[in-house]
This record gives sequence, structure tokens and C-alpha cells, in this order.
Amino acid sequence: MILCLLEHEAGVPTQVGAEAVGFAGTLAARLGEPLEVVALGPGAEAALVRAPAGDVLHAGLVDLAGYAPRAWAHALADLLDRGGVSAVLAPGSERGNEVMAYLAARRDLPLATNCVSVTPGDPWALTRNRWAGSLFEDAELGGDAPRLLTVTLGATRPGPEPGTAPAGEVRRLPTHADTDDLRVVVGEEVPPSGEGVSLADARVIVSGGRGVGGEEGFGLLEELAGLLGAAVGCSRVVTSEGWRPHRDQVGQTGTRVAPDLYIACGISGAIQHMVGCKSAKKILAINTDPDAPIMAKADYSVVGDLHAVVPAIVEELRRVRAGEGRCPW
Amino acid sequence: MALRVLVAVKRVPAVGGKIVVTDDGREVDTRFLGFTMSPHEECALEEAVRLVQTHGGESTVLTLGPPESEEQLRYALSLGIDRAVLLETSGQEAGPRATAAEIAAAIGALEAANGPFGLLLFGNEAPDTGDFQVGIRVAEALGRPCVTGVKHLEVGDDHLVAWRDHGAAQELYRVGLPAVIAVKEGLNLPRYPSLPGRLKAKSKPLDRHPVSPAGDALRTVGLRLPPAEARRTVPLGTGAEAATRVVEVLDELGVLAR
Repeated sequence: MILCLLEHEAGVPTQVGAEAVGFAGTLAARLGEPLEVVALGPGAEAALVRAPAGDVLHAGLVDLAGYAPRAWAHALADLLDRGGVSAVLAPGSERGNEVMAYLAARRDLPLATNCVSVTPGDPWALTRNRWAGSLFEDAELGGDAPRLLTVTLGATRPGPEPGTAPAGEVRRLPTHADTDDLRVVVGEEVPPSGEGVSLADARVIVSGGRGVGGEEGFGLLEELAGLLGAAVGCSRVVTSEGWRPHRDQVGQTGTRVAPDLYIACGISGAIQHMVGCKSAKKILAINTDPDAPIMAKADYSVVGDLHAVVPAIVEELRRVRAGEGRCPW
Repeated sequence: MALRVLVAVKRVPAVGGKIVVTDDGREVDTRFLGFTMSPHEECALEEAVRLVQTHGGESTVLTLGPPESEEQLRYALSLGIDRAVLLETSGQEAGPRATAAEIAAAIGALEAANGPFGLLLFGNEAPDTGDFQVGIRVAEALGRPCVTGVKHLEVGDDHLVAWRDHGAAQELYRVGLPAVIAVKEGLNLPRYPSLPGRLKAKSKPLDRHPVSPAGDALRTVGLRLPPAEARRTVPLGTGAEAATRVVEVLDELGVLAR
């Protein structure tokens, strides 16, 4: 059988969580094996009812107050003890990768994280992300079952819509979490402050790189962002220089964003930055260097100094809006 | 209370605008690249230096890699780390399982010789292989609690409090020492090495131990670039004159509506 951890937020499957179950379902069908889906923590039962697939559904640790990665891995290990598991899959999210790392350590098994594709055989062939998806690694996973894999976001479309799959009965797993398992538990959750437009939710992001030149240069970007209802982002060099706080950083070690429009001002387009903004529907790059890598990766390009171009856009926006004769308030 | 801190780092190529794979498809072509470490690990080093300044104690940096990894260790020493340990391979890539086993064994030996570490710091994931597991495997091998993805840390006498992001919210973890923490960039703003720091780094102790990491059932066959993203770039002009066309495009994209 194939076992898949369903990631959820208070009973609602996450995007990558639903995708991993779809991926696992395809793998199970290919092997002619049943798919068992496991959800853990408070809301697990509700998540399973909403889940897109699964021949057998398990809910566990529903009485645990918060997320506890080692206890979650223990629950998966209990399911492995029944035998007959070909592979365990989880989403390649922070929690999915973390729980699987505990499971892999506990069983001293290899773990292939952030897989893009998996082909069973002897050995199993798989492709996984390197450099956060800027490079692919083709790998072989030999050895005995179970194989431990996590699935990267976007590797597959989610499985069938909720309710279209045969709804299995949700089985409650017995809890065997021990004191060591419960040494690492979320003690408290602090909700977001709710100030301004967050990068993750913004429809438009105005982002600046080294070309902005300093902290004060971001005033221009703030002004444009204000007119567009946009969030302000930046590249890594900007946060290393202390021009902007790290929470504004877009990229491999910052935030991954997916706005309708990403306006990159004075950003060269290193791969570590591009993995953070490549999910934008459109990218507009403004750069003095026509040969900067970002100019070929953008949908629209303007060659020029952002210190001249951005104020001109601001002025043009104001002119157009005034010409519309509409009072914004 | 004095705190002994160990930071694990990894030498990786400093890739820029694009990645080039060698002709045999086995590795990233580094002929024209420098080497660096993860931004996460730079933050881990900064945190170790600050913690030892506050609590007293000693900081150690450790890496597993080829002889050239001395460059990353000297960099760490130039930031104020006290000593370095190089688990020296002959250059072959070690998988996360073998890497964790070698690091756990080395930490065991270092602790037997010099006393226990209160804190082991890792980067949350390596930028190149992105395995997301070495810190947890080491923690499990040594029987210590581990918190990953940490962006704020407060260390007390016998416990620590760690915060990490979960979506837009923050999660707080409280665990006893000794502990393992995998950190993320944003934990602090790392310093640049000073000139005196660089000079001192040359004479700080750096111990080399040859290792031969075991092979694994998970084996890399080759590397390749993903299928190219199909974006065709439309030039909108040069300089301030492009503004009219830019605003037309913003309108077409429907982002002007308020």
C-alpha cells in the first residue's frame, strides 16, 4: 500500500497537501496498491472528509493541542509496523519535510525530499528539486520498502474534487506518543499583526534590488506601491545591507510570492531571487543593464535607471487618474 | 552559564544568474564560480558569536566536505568563531543520511574530549541539495530535541525559546538544553568579517579529520536544468519615456483598478 500524510490547517487541506494526496493516488494506481491517507492533529477528521482521495482514512493525535513533529512521525511509524507499505509520501512543505525527516531518522531510512516525479521499479527512479527548483536531480532509490518521499508544490494537480472520491470511513489511530515525542510541541501561536499588504497576499509587488542604492531609495518604490495598492519587496542584497527588514525579502531564503504582477526594480535576477518570484503571473523588469539575467526572464522590460523610470511611472499614473476625472474618495 | 555552541555549515557554489551543469551531467560547473555557504548558516554563525559574547563559553564551526572547505571555516573564524573542525572527504558528494551520521559521530568525539555542547546550530536546509533533514537526523542520533525553521531565539540557563513562522503566524517552542536548532535567514543580520577578524582567523585552531561517508540507497544519477519557463519578453522602451507604455500595460493587466 501507499501511505500519504495529508497536510491541513485546522481541518482544511493545504494546496500542497491536496497535491501530495493526488500524487500518491497516481502512484498507488500505477502500482495497483491501495492508498491510505493519514491526517494528524486537531481537525484531522474534517480534513480527511474534505480530502480528494484515499481507500482507507486514518485520523490520529486529534487531542494533541498543537503540532508535534516527532509525535506525528511516531504515528506514521506505527502504521509502518503493520507491514506491506511500499512508500510513505508527504508534501514537501516545512511540516511535511520535517515529519518525514523524523520518520527517516527513526527508521534509519533514506528520505528523498521535494520530488517532482517518481517512477516505481527496481530501483525506483525519481526527479527532485535542487536549488529550490532551479535545477533537477535525477536519482535512484534502491533498497527495501518503505521508500520515504516528499512531493514538491506544483509537481501534480490535486486529485479529484472533494466528494467525488468514494468516502471511506475515518479510522481513529491509537496514540503512542511518548515523553521524547512531546519535547518539541508548539507552545503558543502568535497570530499575524495584520499591518499593511503582506507579500504573500499582494496582487502587485514592487520590489527593489541593489540598483535602488540605499534605504532612502525605497521611498520611490513605496510611492509607486501606494498608488497600486501593492506590497514592497526586495532582493537578498537589500536585507543583507540592512536597507529593508528580512520579512520583505523575496527569494529562496525569503518569501515565495505569486502576485498578478511583480515589478522588479534594479534586481539582477539571480536564481535564488527568481525561485521566489517565478510564480508571478507577469514580471516587469526595470534595469539599467539590458543583459541582466532578469531582463530575459521577465514578461516586460524597461532599460533605464529606476530613479528616473519609477518617478515617471508615478507621474504618468497620477496624470491618467486625474484625467479620468474621478475622485478617488 | 557558559555555553558551548557548535555550528554546522556546508561549502556550496555561489551560483548567480544561471546554473551550468558539467558536460557529464554529474555536477554544477564551478569553473567560473566562487564558493560560499547558505544565508541560513551565516545567521547561525552570527547567533553563535553573539551567544558566546553574552553567556561566555566557546563556539565551534564544523563542516563535512572537500579540503577546500577550509575557506568557509576560515570565513567563520574571521567572524569571531573560536575553532574549526573539517571532516575532510575526497570530494565526493555525501548524502544527508551519511552526512548526519558523520557529524553526529564527530560531535560525540568532540564532546568526549572537550565537554558537551549546549547548542548545535544548523541551517534549515542546504541551498543546493535542499534535503531538509541533516539537523533532525543529528538530533535524533544524539537524543536531543530539535526545532527547525527558527527565526528568533532566546537562550536561557537550561532551556531555550524558539520562534518560527507558520504561514503568516508565528509558533513558539520551548525546549530544554542541550538542543539542536535549524535556523533560517532573518534570525539576525550577520556581520561582515573585519580586517582584524580576518587576520586572527589565520591562526585559530582548525582540526582536520579524514572521513569516508557511506554510500546510500538514494543515489544521484545526474543533474539537468528544468524545462525552460516560456516567458517572452516584451521591451517597453528606454528610460522615463517608457512610462506611458508601462502604465498602458498596467491597465491591460487590470492592476490599476482600485
